[in-house]
Amino acid sequence: MSIDISQFYKIFFDEADEHLSTMESLLLALDVTDPGMEELNAIFRAAHSIKGGSSTFGFDDMTAVTHVLESLLDRLRKQEMKLTDAMVNVFLEAGDVIRMQLDAHRGEGAVDQDVVRAVCGKLERLAGGSAPVARATPHGVTATAQGGIAREPLPAAAEEADQGYGLFAAVSDAATQPAGPGYGFFADEPLPVAAQQDRADAAQGYGFFEELAPVAVPVPRTAHRSGDDEEGQVTELRRASDQAAGADTSIRVHVEKLDQLINLVGELVITQAMLAQSAASADSALYEKLKSGLHQLERNTRDLQEVVMSVRMLPISVVFSRFPRMVRDLAGKLGKQVELKMLGAGTELDKGLIEKIADPLTHLVRNSLDHGIESPEMRRAAGKPEQGVITLMASHQGGNIVIEVADDGGGLNRARILDKARERGLPVRDDMSDQEVWMLIFEAGFSTAEIVTDVSGRGVGMDVVKRNIGAMGGRVEIDSAAGAGTRITIRLPLTLAILDGLSVAVGEQTYIIPLGCIIESLLMKESDLRTVSGGGHLMHVRGEYLPLLALREVFKLPCAAANPDTRIVVIVESEGRKIALEVDELLGQYQVVIKSLEVNFRKLPGISGATITGDGSVALIVDVAALRMH
Amino acid sequence: MANESGGGILSNNEFLTFTLGNEEYGIDILKVQEIRGYDAVTRIANTPEFIKGVINLRGIIVPIVDMRIKFRLTQISYDQFTVVIILSLGHRIVGIVVDSVSDVLTLKPEQIRPTPELSAALDTRYILGLGTVDERMLILVDIEKLMSSSEMALIAEAV
Repeated sequence: MSIDISQFYKIFFDEADEHLSTMESLLLALDVTDPGMEELNAIFRAAHSIKGGSSTFGFDDMTAVTHVLESLLDRLRKQEMKLTDAMVNVFLEAGDVIRMQLDAHRGEGAVDQDVVRAVCGKLERLAGGSAPVARATPHGVTATAQGGIAREPLPAAAEEADQGYGLFAAVSDAATQPAGPGYGFFADEPLPVAAQQDRADAAQGYGFFEELAPVAVPVPRTAHRSGDDEEGQVTELRRASDQAAGADTSIRVHVEKLDQLINLVGELVITQAMLAQSAASADSALYEKLKSGLHQLERNTRDLQEVVMSVRMLPISVVFSRFPRMVRDLAGKLGKQVELKMLGAGTELDKGLIEKIADPLTHLVRNSLDHGIESPEMRRAAGKPEQGVITLMASHQGGNIVIEVADDGGGLNRARILDKARERGLPVRDDMSDQEVWMLIFEAGFSTAEIVTDVSGRGVGMDVVKRNIGAMGGRVEIDSAAGAGTRITIRLPLTLAILDGLSVAVGEQTYIIPLGCIIESLLMKESDLRTVSGGGHLMHVRGEYLPLLALREVFKLPCAAANPDTRIVVIVESEGRKIALEVDELLGQYQVVIKSLEVNFRKLPGISGATITGDGSVALIVDVAALRMH
Repeated sequence: MANESGGGILSNNEFLTFTLGNEEYGIDILKVQEIRGYDAVTRIANTPEFIKGVINLRGIIVPIVDMRIKFRLTQISYDQFTVVIILSLGHRIVGIVVDSVSDVLTLKPEQIRPTPELSAALDTRYILGLGTVDERMLILVDIEKLMSSSEMALIAEAV
């Protein structure tokens, strides 16, 4: 072929990434004692697809590793060998190696050849038919952890298993990948090459390994397989074209284009609102004529907006899928037995949020495993099952996404947190509510490791978790009971681009207060007002004294205070603290498109962004968290 | 070649001229995106007085600076003749309020004189030179440098 195939690299990289993820999640879901044929086949298909693609593009190092991997998998699925824990571990390692090579080809990072060689060596030893050597202790531990995970099959695994399967149907799994049929390139192209490659392998042995060790892959087997390949090829191609015709197709689109689309729709919504507003002020005969058209326009733009917003939504399983492996590895390292339950993995949220929630969630899961779940001995002593449970749950609640990380471990230790807080000079009292005490672990420099266990903490602290989530407009809550476990709940807005807000007037200006922060709004009576000498005002609301801030003072607006008898106050809450905000008028509740001020201007204190109102003017969005500082 | 010291920005010698009080200023025409009338702005607290606020320019939030306040002119009125010049500076868009826009002039290098040392509201650092057209004197401003300077408070410090 004389065409420049480098333009397809990106597609290959993406696909290989997907195959690797599929392979990993399938491996983790695999029941070692009784591996399902479907799963083994699916794993094999993933490995085979990577191999086919990499050899097409001349990434021989990847082809080499996948080849050995594939050979072993082939024997497994033909039930010539029995699956062992050791194998699963080596497979996972091989997956990591392939990913490393993939990254290197992408130009990110380098390949550690020693690791590659070590993994290939392990794979070859296993494939070589010699009974798998009993490996060092960690596997015993991880085995149990892995068994636990297997009880909760991943959705991806289930999906894959539902796929019809024919001998060597590498193609059918390309169809399940979003981009597969759309491009078609990988669906049918790699196979002939792979087949050739196999034949070449059979004839001359495998270049890469010659220097390392005697080729452990039995040559006749490869030859036999390439025969299969040739036969399968014809039916595969036919199948591929069938699927391309009738399958659910999808295409890859650059996120930038999506964002542009969302921006434009945002503009359209604003324009529509402006039209509606100016039509309302037109004379009544004309308005009657315009009305139905405008209503139609409003409906259409709303629908359009909803559809466009949904395009950015991804299931949270994108994030969740990394945890089984992480929990498995970490549990093995810590000598704990952990079952990971994942619920609501299909819950969708904005792509921007998905990217940002991954790190905080990883930290929380790690924390639960490291500090939450006790060792098997401690659990036994406490009368609990030796295997701990970490539950990840995602769900929609109103306009929010709620993500929970719960464990059935030892729970937080109130006394130790209080001691630690005193040590650090934080203002604490013995009569603080549990909720307030738990929130202390989010203070900067408050290492959870020091509080709960003696195992040293790692990486970012809980304060970073909280800050990251706060930056997304979300909130964190902790529930904990000694001996019964800890549950951390994260509440996030559905999307970053749109905000439900209460529009308030102060003088001639309009401000938007995020609805998520608002507890209530009420009329303030003069009698509710208290003053503190030299320190502003407090408002008495049902037994609580809340600091009272007038927005006109916060934003230094040159307008007179309203009549003291009819002052409107909006009670807002941020990071567990409440403030009463005095405004002149409540204008209504709107969904607003958030615009950044920083694009052409700079970050302003007390303002989190801006939006454009129905009449085309700019309204500023109040940053409630920053108001507390005033 | 001696002109190069006046700033390579003068490679294009077309200037948009505008008046502020009794003075005439000129800015590089390529930095100008459009000219529009003055609309109501959304005020922003805790900013210098010359930052009038922000406006919605077809969906983009654009800060508006009143150059008349910045240059400490005394007579400041906002009427239907008040003009906003929308500047496109690199990736940023900023609007400046001026009294009126006059015309677009092409200046030959010999028409541009170096800036004498003077103490004005506008630091000489931001003046490219003085342009002479017949009896008129134009103050040629390096508007990009001025707008991105810290004294304009348009850009967050320590970026």
